[in-house]
Amino acid sequence: MKAAAFDYIKPTVLAEALSLLAEAGDDGQLIAGGQTLLATLNMRLSEPAILIDITDINELKGISLVGNQLRIGALVTHTEIEDSELVAKHAPLLKAAAPHIAHRAIRNLGTWGGSLAYGDPAAEWPACSLTLNATMIIVGPGGERRISAQDFFIDLYTTSLEPDEILVATEIPVADNNQVFYFHELARRHGDYAIAGLAAVAQKQGNVLSDYALTFFSVASTPLMAMKTQALVNDKVLTPEVIASAVAAARAEIDAIADITNSVETKQHLIGVLLERGLKHLAAQAIN
Amino acid sequence: MTIKKKITLTVNGASITAEVEPRQHLVDFLREDLFLKGPHLGCEHGACGACTVKVDGQIIRGCLFLAVQADGSVVETIEGLTKSGALADLQESFMRHNAMQCGFCSSGMLLAAAELIEKQPTSTREEVREWISGNYCRCTGYHSIVSAIMDVLEARLKGEKIKPVVAHA
Repeated sequence: MKAAAFDYIKPTVLAEALSLLAEAGDDGQLIAGGQTLLATLNMRLSEPAILIDITDINELKGISLVGNQLRIGALVTHTEIEDSELVAKHAPLLKAAAPHIAHRAIRNLGTWGGSLAYGDPAAEWPACSLTLNATMIIVGPGGERRISAQDFFIDLYTTSLEPDEILVATEIPVADNNQVFYFHELARRHGDYAIAGLAAVAQKQGNVLSDYALTFFSVASTPLMAMKTQALVNDKVLTPEVIASAVAAARAEIDAIADITNSVETKQHLIGVLLERGLKHLAAQAIN
Repeated sequence: MTIKKKITLTVNGASITAEVEPRQHLVDFLREDLFLKGPHLGCEHGACGACTVKVDGQIIRGCLFLAVQADGSVVETIEGLTKSGALADLQESFMRHNAMQCGFCSSGMLLAAAELIEKQPTSTREEVREWISGNYCRCTGYHSIVSAIMDVLEARLKGEKIKPVVAHA
């Protein structure tokens, strides 16, 4: 399928991109890696009049350590995250998640910021950013603002990003030696959108875990943190009984919605399957 | 709206200047404007991998990248990579294992496999399967494709190259 006609412009500084975006209004569409956008253009699900290509803007690039925060620029590709030693050391959950994102040819172009700004509930980065308590750094006509991942994902493909704003980067608190993590997703083909997924972190305190973040994705209109389940397992030895009660709690707590091929019942079932596997994995890390 | 944009890029070592419509994706530009028929068009929404080409040293989906985005880039297709010999042992291994079948997916499979061999030289059979999952083979020739890639990985680890079975005259 072929895209409808559009114009194309490639600014080189952020200020220029912002003014082009303001000028274009509803007719404008930002493009970074374009790995979702190009498919929607090809299928004519989207017909912008002008594409504003932001990939030459240096302010949006690079992975760096800023104090105790890992700063990931919006234009950083999935492959860069997959291959980054800084990420492996300071946000190992992201390294574990990266190979699940589509396929290498897509990861080579698709970006961190694009995935977050698109807000697909089936995508890996929104769930990971929520789990790791990321802060989104956003620039608009009024200057810079910061917003937590918890307040950023509002609804299906809907974030708190305003139409005239650009996501510049995110900051993630660096992992310490006591952080344990788990990432898994169930998909028909490796690299396809998950039917259900779980991103999880916790802190080792002796032989128990605390400060859990258990985020399910591809089960509802946004990634969802299982707050009640987190409280239930906090500071407890993960015995089979505790895990079983957590599985029941998560299935009750997460209000799954069906997708085109999977029923609510399937999703609720898989939430439990993922949590059981995840908690067993985390429990094994707790005793090491 | 048919405002064309001028682009300059390197394709298989040759410098190319062209005028393209912004909506034209890279693989259409390669096939229709440059007559490079090696990169194939399958699904045109990123699912099948038949359009895989290299841009600035990395494999990409040619249908999820615009020709206008390739301005200033180095593009390599199966034609250029074959001529340079970069894929010779992989191509030989595909032939040995009859890993082509109808051949439609082969150019994409070869480019994807070459990047795997470069990035993950110690991959297991399972990891090869995961990597190749981005490329559809409609004849379901996956098993022989994975075997062909495994042979190259094993040969490379031993510092060997897969040589043609029949010596060419």
